[in-house]
Amino acid sequence: MHAAVIVFPGSNCDRDMAVAFEKAGAKVSMVWHKDTALPKDVDIIGVPGGFSFGDYLRCGAIAANSPICQSVVAHAEKGGYVLGICNGFQVLTETGLLPGVLLRNVNLKYICKPVRLRVETADSAFTAGYQPGQEITVPIAHHDGNYFADAETLKRLHGEARVAFTYCDNPNGSVDDIAGVLSQNRRVLGMMPHPERMAEPLQGGTDGAAMFRTLVDQLAEA
Amino acid sequence: MLKNGVLDPQGEAVRHALGQLGFDGVEAVRQGKVIELDLAETDAEAARASVTEMCEKLLANTVIESYSVEIA
Repeated sequence: MHAAVIVFPGSNCDRDMAVAFEKAGAKVSMVWHKDTALPKDVDIIGVPGGFSFGDYLRCGAIAANSPICQSVVAHAEKGGYVLGICNGFQVLTETGLLPGVLLRNVNLKYICKPVRLRVETADSAFTAGYQPGQEITVPIAHHDGNYFADAETLKRLHGEARVAFTYCDNPNGSVDDIAGVLSQNRRVLGMMPHPERMAEPLQGGTDGAAMFRTLVDQLAEA
Repeated sequence: MLKNGVLDPQGEAVRHALGQLGFDGVEAVRQGKVIELDLAETDAEAARASVTEMCEKLLANTVIESYSVEIA
């Protein structure tokens, strides 16, 4: 299984994500934002957390228009897998691959702490290693993680079971406690919490490891 | 500008601060941004069309923001 992790100026979770994929058994390539093509035979693209382009204009907006993102969108449109974490989630909403938008946290504060998440669906390669309703602990670290989508979009997300994770104790004002959403084909996941920062015991917990393990297992078979 | 119906936490913080300064009766504050562009284009309508495209592609996120273009 071959994962590509995109690196923007200001990305700071790219290596954590690469290590999480590697520990799960994936081969990982780091891809610079100015590259236009992805390595051949990439199974999944990771769009990491951080502060791409200093969060100028809007979080993720400039990254979403960088050369490599056209390839990321093309990969997703061909049915490829994409995982966007934190700033990566913001980038994916800005590309239009995922619905909604991440607004400023309702208390206006940057929040960095472990949170409890509820797994809302196990029906995806990202979440198949969890039980529906299972609670896991994963850290958040963001200023703009307040998920917003209009009523019609929310209805569709809930109707199609595309809310992957919700917060047990909503830290940022996200509508319907939403922490992560899936694309319609369930192959693109965006989430604000950081499973890659809870993937080995040294990090204080391993609740995030199952995501990378399951992805590697499922995509290696495919 | 954020569209109506989209919560504006920063605007709400500004409203609160205005109240603390004694400015009563401020019922809502919504915060937006102004982006000034210096264009080589001299035809106003062509400039407007070009900037509108820029807004759609990058400058605004039309999921939550509305925009208007003024030519000075």
